[in-house]
Amino acid sequence: MVLMLLAAALPARGQEFATFLAALRADSFADKEQAVAALGKLGDGRAVAVLTALKDGRLLKAPDGRVIISQPPNLIDPMTGEVVPDLTADALDRVHINNRLRGAIEGALGELTLFSADPAARLAAARDAVRHPSVDGAVLLEKAIAAEKEADIRAAMQQSLSAARLLSGSKQEKLAAARALGTTTDPQIKNLLDQFRAASESDPELRQAADAALASIKHRLWLVGLLANLFQGVSLGSVLLLAAIGLAITFGVMGVINMAHGEMIMLGAYAAYVCQQVFRAFLPVGWINGYLAAALPVAFLCAGAVGVALERTVIRRLYGRPLETLLATWGVSLILQQTVRSIFGSPNREVANPSWMTGGFDLIGGFTVTWNRVCIIFFCLTVLAALALLLNRTSLGLQMRAVTQNRPMASVMGIRTARIDALTFGLGSGIAGMAGVALSQIGNVSPNLGTIYIVDSFLVVVFGGVGNLLGTFVGALFLGIVNKFLEPVAGAVLGKIVVLVTIILFIQRRPRGLFAPKGRSAEAEA
Amino acid sequence: MQSKRLEERANTWSPGFWAAFGGCGAVLVLGVPILNLLVPPNSAAAIPDYLVPLLGKYVCYALLALSLDLIWGYAGILSLGHGAFFALGGYCMGMYLMRQIGARGVYGNPLLPDFMVFLDWKELPWFWWGFDHFAWAAAMIVLVPGLLALVFGWLAFRSRVTGVYLSIITQAMTYALMLAFFRNDMGFGGNNGMTDYKDILGWDVHQPSTRLGLYLASVAALGLGYLVCRFITSSKLGRVLLALRDAESRVRFLGYSVTHAKLLVFTVSAVLAGIAGALYVPQVGIINPSEFSPGNSIEIAIWVSVGGRGTLSGAIVGAVLVNLAKTWLTGVAAETWLFVLGGLFVLTTLVFPHGIIGLFRQARSARPRRAAPVAAAEEQA
Amino acid sequence: MNTPRLPAEPLLYLNGVTVSFDGFRALNSLSLIVEEGELRTIIGPNGAGKTTMMDVVTGKTRPDAGEVFFRRGTDLSRLDESEIANLGIGRKFQRPTVFENLTVFENLELSLADNRAIWRTLFARLTPYRRDRIGSVLARIGLSEQGGTPAGSLSHGQKQWLEIGMLLIHDRTLLLLDEPVAGMTDRETEETAELILDLAKDRTIVVVEHDMAFVRSLGAKVTVLHEGAVLAEGSLDHVQNDPRVIEVYLGR
Repeated sequence: MVLMLLAAALPARGQEFATFLAALRADSFADKEQAVAALGKLGDGRAVAVLTALKDGRLLKAPDGRVIISQPPNLIDPMTGEVVPDLTADALDRVHINNRLRGAIEGALGELTLFSADPAARLAAARDAVRHPSVDGAVLLEKAIAAEKEADIRAAMQQSLSAARLLSGSKQEKLAAARALGTTTDPQIKNLLDQFRAASESDPELRQAADAALASIKHRLWLVGLLANLFQGVSLGSVLLLAAIGLAITFGVMGVINMAHGEMIMLGAYAAYVCQQVFRAFLPVGWINGYLAAALPVAFLCAGAVGVALERTVIRRLYGRPLETLLATWGVSLILQQTVRSIFGSPNREVANPSWMTGGFDLIGGFTVTWNRVCIIFFCLTVLAALALLLNRTSLGLQMRAVTQNRPMASVMGIRTARIDALTFGLGSGIAGMAGVALSQIGNVSPNLGTIYIVDSFLVVVFGGVGNLLGTFVGALFLGIVNKFLEPVAGAVLGKIVVLVTIILFIQRRPRGLFAPKGRSAEAEA
Repeated sequence: MQSKRLEERANTWSPGFWAAFGGCGAVLVLGVPILNLLVPPNSAAAIPDYLVPLLGKYVCYALLALSLDLIWGYAGILSLGHGAFFALGGYCMGMYLMRQIGARGVYGNPLLPDFMVFLDWKELPWFWWGFDHFAWAAAMIVLVPGLLALVFGWLAFRSRVTGVYLSIITQAMTYALMLAFFRNDMGFGGNNGMTDYKDILGWDVHQPSTRLGLYLASVAALGLGYLVCRFITSSKLGRVLLALRDAESRVRFLGYSVTHAKLLVFTVSAVLAGIAGALYVPQVGIINPSEFSPGNSIEIAIWVSVGGRGTLSGAIVGAVLVNLAKTWLTGVAAETWLFVLGGLFVLTTLVFPHGIIGLFRQARSARPRRAAPVAAAEEQA
Repeated sequence: MNTPRLPAEPLLYLNGVTVSFDGFRALNSLSLIVEEGELRTIIGPNGAGKTTMMDVVTGKTRPDAGEVFFRRGTDLSRLDESEIANLGIGRKFQRPTVFENLTVFENLELSLADNRAIWRTLFARLTPYRRDRIGSVLARIGLSEQGGTPAGSLSHGQKQWLEIGMLLIHDRTLLLLDEPVAGMTDRETEETAELILDLAKDRTIVVVEHDMAFVRSLGAKVTVLHEGAVLAEGSLDHVQNDPRVIEVYLGR
């Protein structure tokens, strides 16, 4: 109904628009301020361009009494929105403004865009209105709420309305507003409530309402912080897990200390980079978003092939000599790093997120969840599940477990143990390669990418209990979350040191990890 | 027929050994100063002043390699924390040298090192107390790495963390220390570390004579370190160590405390590494957190491997040769060095498990004797 | 042939010892008394808990429940392997474990009855007396010729003997021998039986064995373990006639 009224008022308001526009030519700042306020209340879309230009110092006075917007290289008549051909900007005077006027313009602009045709602009305006609550604003917001069809914009407007009412409404309105505002986490509103509480010291009822709202906000902020830490922890945990899953196979299942594991991750990341470059260079522009689909198998195969080669040439000769394996594979890692450095150069390479992975969404109250992190969490769960299936449900997995548990028996039963060793190692390395693709989505790619993760990966596997996928999963998530919760308390570096020291102490309490096997087989190893 | 090792035991402190030891010592102690000071600088045999600290650096590396060989070659414990002990010794020396700068720093503060003035600190942190005295610094050079090794080793060995697990947690320790020393507010100069030294014991560190003195001190430390290691490995403890490398639990059932044996050599070894670090710092003129990087610790193992682990002379030979190659290659073709180093890791473990000394002995005993099964079996993790 | 001894002290006393691994009870409330000076053989099918019993006595495995005492009042479950070894309890493993990279001589040297504090080993000297002692043990186990060879190059039987020699030289009060004749030739087995009987004159020995002929040749009291508990105890003939024993072990 209001909408209809507004529509009916339109012709009349056309007249008013011209009047107020002309009033901007006044010399007195007070007159101009009145005109600005009036333009704001008008709810005419054309006023937005005028006020923006005024704010930016682009509003000019034509000698014929018109007001002109300078939009280099053109001059535009705000009444019609058309280009004015017969004037040059140099010949015209600027409409001057001062700081007080600037504030008025911003308020008016905020109110105006509440009626903009663009939903995003309306939403922005509704949020902006919180910043300058006023009686007039409240009236306008009421109008806008009535006209608004989209629920989330309406909610934002409602919040701004509450904020306005908190300062200027009746007592009943104030109480209702305080209650409503308690459900937010906006620091702006918290300030507003603080002011409100200070102002209503004399009225216990109001003060109580303010206290309740503030307490509720505080609680919500705590909850948001908790969620943010939890998400970031899970995200870090998923990254650690991705880096460690491959190791859980090569180290956990096969007992091979592969210090070049980090370099398998690095190779995967470079595979992603190469795929991206190939897509950019040879395929139609629209296809670039699909490069990840190519990068995953390419990375798996590349890293897997390097892994198989490494097993066949080096590791095979060192079975049963873990310390020598550690040194030899460290040497291999140096060689791989330097090879990549020679080919791609030492500077970081950037791998861009596909467009569907960029950005994120606002979970609650200013805490943004980015899509690439979400994707990595899901990717890592998928890999883990696929691996668990492979190990427990396929004949290849059965053979792998048979070989690692009782090699002579497995070979007696006709399993080609050497081939299974190479395949198992290739699988672990290939998964590391896929992890590299995932890591390329959240950071830069460089030849020493792997060294960043190697210490952590080993700690995750040892912490979780060697040879235990579930342990690796729990260990990675636990470490990720603990790390992120320590960060605000102790700082990023110190938090990490605390985690490292804790793990060192933990391993000494339980040398076989969280999920240690128990029994004679376990003791025989010692 | 008496075994080779029994013969060696009989020869441990024989005149023949002392002659060889004295001979090598004399070459190092007399040769370098003579070639440096007495031979005309334009002669081909002369050692120019700038080479003296480089030689001193190699000697420090040799001592570091010796310390790792004691624990890895004899007791089978691959510590990846020796780079950290080395760096801790170096930091203790660095703190002493910083205090010697006095008011000659860029900011001219008589009490505070430049980096503290820069961070706007008002007084020395408590752990800097005493570092203006050399005696205190010297005590700390021994105590800090030693105590860390004692506590860390006690925790690890008592709960029977062995094999690669021990390697991994010592690496984690090194990594944690590196992160810690990178922090500015730790009070050790953060990222940049400590440098711009002026004096050591009143002598200018840039003077050729001081540098020669530091070189000689390093040689003396290496000689003493060698004698200590030889004493340990030829004692009954040496046999206990070899035995526990073979079959740790069996040693326990014989009634020896494996924990104590490991702890003793681990601590001695860490102290040696710390002393090496302390002598290294004034000769290279800087100490910074990158000395803690895990790669450094692993590299020590390759020096020992190249020379021949389980032989004390092998560790020294390996450290010097690998570092000579490093200096030469990084000068000639820097990008090839990592290939060479990586290749050394692979080759020594796969093809030459007994290193240069092993090859040498094999060549010598190839004719009449059967090859003695030297330290091949690796402790089962 | 065993003349009744004087009322003997219990040297080793196990009461209600239980050890479980992942739900499997290796020892199920095992109670066992070995008297001072006794020679005892323990038999039982695979998995009966024989090795685990030795693990518990020597401190390798901690019992989940029950008590393990040595002499009067020394609680073994609170000590670690080296402390227990220093009480005078020696053990020979199922698989011969000698120090392969040390010579035969050095293997025995490490086993000498001596102060085993690590600090002392740094300054220990090989006195002529000790050298002679090692020499006599070498002669007794027939390895005088091999004193200088690395233990790793001995034959299987020689390793078993060396290991017994290592127990011998230490003057232990209680010896636990886990399958001492496994992998030996008949002749070596006979010699080992003689050696053990000889040793048993002045110490207590517990032998775990599968070889019935060997058990018979020792002629000692037999304990039959089954599923982690004592099934029967007595002379070999007595237990061989026990129907329960026949069912679980001998009658297979």
